[in-house]
Amino acid sequence: MTRSPRDLPRYTPSERANHWVVGICFILLALSGLAFFHPAFFPLTALFGGGPWTRILHPYVGLVMEVFFVVMALRFWRLNVIEPRDVEWLKNTPKLIDGNDEDMPEQGKYNGGQKLLFWGLVAGMLLMLASGLLMWRAWLNLPVGLVRAASVLHAAAAVWMIGLIILHIYAAIWTRGTLRAMLYGTVTRAWAKQHHRLWYRKMTGDNS
Amino acid sequence: MPLQSLDIKRRSATTTPSPSVRAPASGEVAKLIDVSKCIGCKACQTACMEWNDLRDEVGTTSGVYDNPRDLTEHSWTVMRFSEYENTESGNLEWLIRKDGCMHCEDPGCLKACPSPGAIVQYTNGIVDFHEENCIGCGYCVSGCPFDVPRISKKDHKAYKCTLCSDRVAVGQEPACVKSCPTGAIMFGTKQAMKDQAEERIEDLKERGFAKAGLYDPAGVGGTHVMYVLHHADQPSLYHGLPDNPKISPMVSLWKGAAKPLAMAALGIAALGSLFHYITKGPNEVSKELEDEMERKDREALEKEDAP
Repeated sequence: MTRSPRDLPRYTPSERANHWVVGICFILLALSGLAFFHPAFFPLTALFGGGPWTRILHPYVGLVMEVFFVVMALRFWRLNVIEPRDVEWLKNTPKLIDGNDEDMPEQGKYNGGQKLLFWGLVAGMLLMLASGLLMWRAWLNLPVGLVRAASVLHAAAAVWMIGLIILHIYAAIWTRGTLRAMLYGTVTRAWAKQHHRLWYRKMTGDNS
Repeated sequence: MPLQSLDIKRRSATTTPSPSVRAPASGEVAKLIDVSKCIGCKACQTACMEWNDLRDEVGTTSGVYDNPRDLTEHSWTVMRFSEYENTESGNLEWLIRKDGCMHCEDPGCLKACPSPGAIVQYTNGIVDFHEENCIGCGYCVSGCPFDVPRISKKDHKAYKCTLCSDRVAVGQEPACVKSCPTGAIMFGTKQAMKDQAEERIEDLKERGFAKAGLYDPAGVGGTHVMYVLHHADQPSLYHGLPDNPKISPMVSLWKGAAKPLAMAALGIAALGSLFHYITKGPNEVSKELEDEMERKDREALEKEDAP
């Protein structure tokens, strides 16, 4: 959907679909995983058809998420290579958090925070996959010491991931005009110029 | 399992007290296995199969007396045979240990279990699995310091020795105890069993087993299945009985400190975000820039429209 012919395309339909497959899987995994982690959340198993169904489904949903995440990471990793200007941006994050994003260093398609999030998620996904496989008793029966270590790692990595995703979702809500990029693919020129000026210049040729 | 139990001391994945008004006035129960009196006849294994209506697959012989080779969902107790060359006495000792759930006072399985009420500990000390609540995750296997629970390949539920909680509930001894021809397996209050063990240990010491003693490991708060061992200084001689069993620090971390820490971290992230929004407001494109860009957009579109 194009709201205005002047809007800038940020994500292709395929990129958006890819992101949302990962996103939906992540939410399902977080809800079912928390149910196993803390008794307070065990009632969430009702969303998945009860405890045994939750136990059966969780690892398969995890595999689907991992596959689609790998595709997404291959699409976006080049844009997330950390550069000196990102370090500059990160040094200025206290100002941003304080609500002043006027004089943040100019950013490309992704800012330093988004890039950090990307690599944080890549690391988390790898840890989740490795530790999750070791715990998958339906298929594997590994030495108990390994399974115990994997269980701790899986829980720790999951908290790391859920924490990052809370920040990811909040940043998208907080920065007005952002959600539409992942919903219907475009952003306004004003949004691009304010938040990602280098990317704006590249996309429009407007160097003002 | 009765329809209602009023004697539940601990319940898996449950943070409030369970009905526990009923407790045995005579104290907690225990099974005492006197390894020095065991002749390895496997009557206890048979009695266990019979009382609990369990029939394991008939396996193949592998050259040792252990049969079946391991605990399974159908074999809740297995005799473990170990040959030990005692260099001190020059004797070859045949150490036979009845393996099965130890009914820990601090059960690792119960600590690890994520499903409310799938594992309970009764006020008499028995640790029981309630399979209708079991989700088949196998966390109990990770939690157990003795490698006891087994997940069925058919129904994906965890099974283990119940200490015949159904028999004990109506005042009977466990089936294995009833069947033992030498009286090597005894059952009573934990105190009575400790007293009994003391006499046996004294006797064994007189017979040259200076290191005889009771296996009631403190690392798991003591157990409700105890052994009299001739070599209590080396429990691992008895087919790898853990010398100093305790809940793995990994499991304690995972099912202990990690839970409040994780909840606090995620709560701070979520509430912190909300209150950040409320106190600082949204991050919007500045009015100045918005006006400027709107003007540019309008100009560009007009230019396109112009002939």
